[in-house]
Amino acid sequence: MPSHPGAVERAYREHWGRMLARLTGELRDLDLAEDSLQDAFASAVATWPAAGEPDNPPGWLLTAARRRAIDRLRRDATARNRLPLLIVDEGEDPAHDIGDERLRLIFTCCHPALAHEARVALTLRCVGGLTTREIARLFLVSESTMAARLTRAKKKIAQAGIPYRVPEGGELPRRRDGVLAVVYLIFTEGYAATSGDRLIRDELAEEAIRLGSIVRELMPGDAETDALTALMMLHHARRDARTGPSGDLVTLAEQDRSRWRRDEIARALALFRTAWRAGPDDFPGPYLLQAAIAAEHTAAPSAADTDWSSIAKLYAGLEHLTGSAVVRLNRAVAVAEAEGPEAGLALLAGLDDALPHHHLLPATRAELLRRLGRTDEAVRWYGRALDLVGTDPERDFLLSRRADTDP
Amino acid sequence: MKYALLAFGDEAEWAEANPEEQAAVYERWGRFERLLNEREAALGGEELAPSGIATTVRKQGDGYVITDGPYAETVEQIGGYVIVEAADLDEAVEFAAACPSTNVEIRPIVER
Repeated sequence: MPSHPGAVERAYREHWGRMLARLTGELRDLDLAEDSLQDAFASAVATWPAAGEPDNPPGWLLTAARRRAIDRLRRDATARNRLPLLIVDEGEDPAHDIGDERLRLIFTCCHPALAHEARVALTLRCVGGLTTREIARLFLVSESTMAARLTRAKKKIAQAGIPYRVPEGGELPRRRDGVLAVVYLIFTEGYAATSGDRLIRDELAEEAIRLGSIVRELMPGDAETDALTALMMLHHARRDARTGPSGDLVTLAEQDRSRWRRDEIARALALFRTAWRAGPDDFPGPYLLQAAIAAEHTAAPSAADTDWSSIAKLYAGLEHLTGSAVVRLNRAVAVAEAEGPEAGLALLAGLDDALPHHHLLPATRAELLRRLGRTDEAVRWYGRALDLVGTDPERDFLLSRRADTDP
Repeated sequence: MKYALLAFGDEAEWAEANPEEQAAVYERWGRFERLLNEREAALGGEELAPSGIATTVRKQGDGYVITDGPYAETVEQIGGYVIVEAADLDEAVEFAAACPSTNVEIRPIVER
């Protein structure tokens, strides 16, 4: 069978995460598993075009990777002996599901004893299957910096004894939240970029959605996991409408809703409804509430039709759950829409200490003051927001708002 | 794996505690010790004298200089340590959480 030129690439895309998880379980050494699997792909690149794609590409790659691992172990026998092995639960069924292996790998990559940036990089590398170069590009750092970050993280896993295991009992919900937080962190970096160009940011958001789907496969029926994926899909479906022709920011109210991806929204809403039905009635989790808010926004045919009082209620629930000042800020915006700018302003009081560097607080205050006709104060708060804003599209937006307000 | 649990805390707070408060803290350390013994995890440990009693020796050229006080002057100082045997970091974290000290640094013991 002649090999398709993209066969190796496709195998990489489809099977990397699964195969790495399996090898890590067998070898009890994440670094060795990764290096050996990389070698196996390199020999696939060298041999498949001439010899043809094997009948069972993942089987071929796993066998090749195991051989390379044995070679490496023989060669570095002395060096390897000094490194601690991953701690894998003993007495486990050797024929257990491969899904379990991937789930363990995710929990290892997202362990709270690792720094946030290490969790993100490891998850993209080991679960998402991105190359070190791709991850470096997404986070605008050099490949060597990213390689060093990954090496340091793997060393910590081995030397600190971070287990390769799905946490049990009371630990599980908290650690599950930790995994979801890593996925959402990858997404928010893509969605509300702190820097960089838009194309890269869209790719990050797509990777996060893909990771969300992987976690969904591994924890089927988990309402929060489904809700997070739906939430990300809903935000991402609006990507074409979020920026104008010159990259300038378009607010939700002013977005051209015909540019939202209706097919993606339909899939996301279906997923959200499943999660909402599965979730606890009296105590929905934070992603379920956020997805419910995003669903309200996307369900409205126009900005004017938005059900702001429902959204304000959902934000109140979210604020109660998280105690987050950013959530309070968003709630104030919803309340301002539902009940008027005065009510919104009242909710902003006292947030300055919690959000001293967040440009959206002065920007929101300025907007509400502008609506109340208190233009002098509005102009002053726009100035404060401009001091804090980080990206050019947002700066341009604030500048034009201030110019419109200035009497 | 063997881990050192290093207990860090505010020494002033400890120094100002009255005898009843100190007795209550020792009682909690006693309970912690019993937990480690039940789990067959206890490999020893000690309470350390306060950092005001510490002496630091710094090498300089061929000689050394002796100074009064701890190596690093911070509010939170190491007040004791416990060595435990734990299956992995998660179990070590469980022990650290059960330890009465306000802050616990976990360091794996290097075994060669």
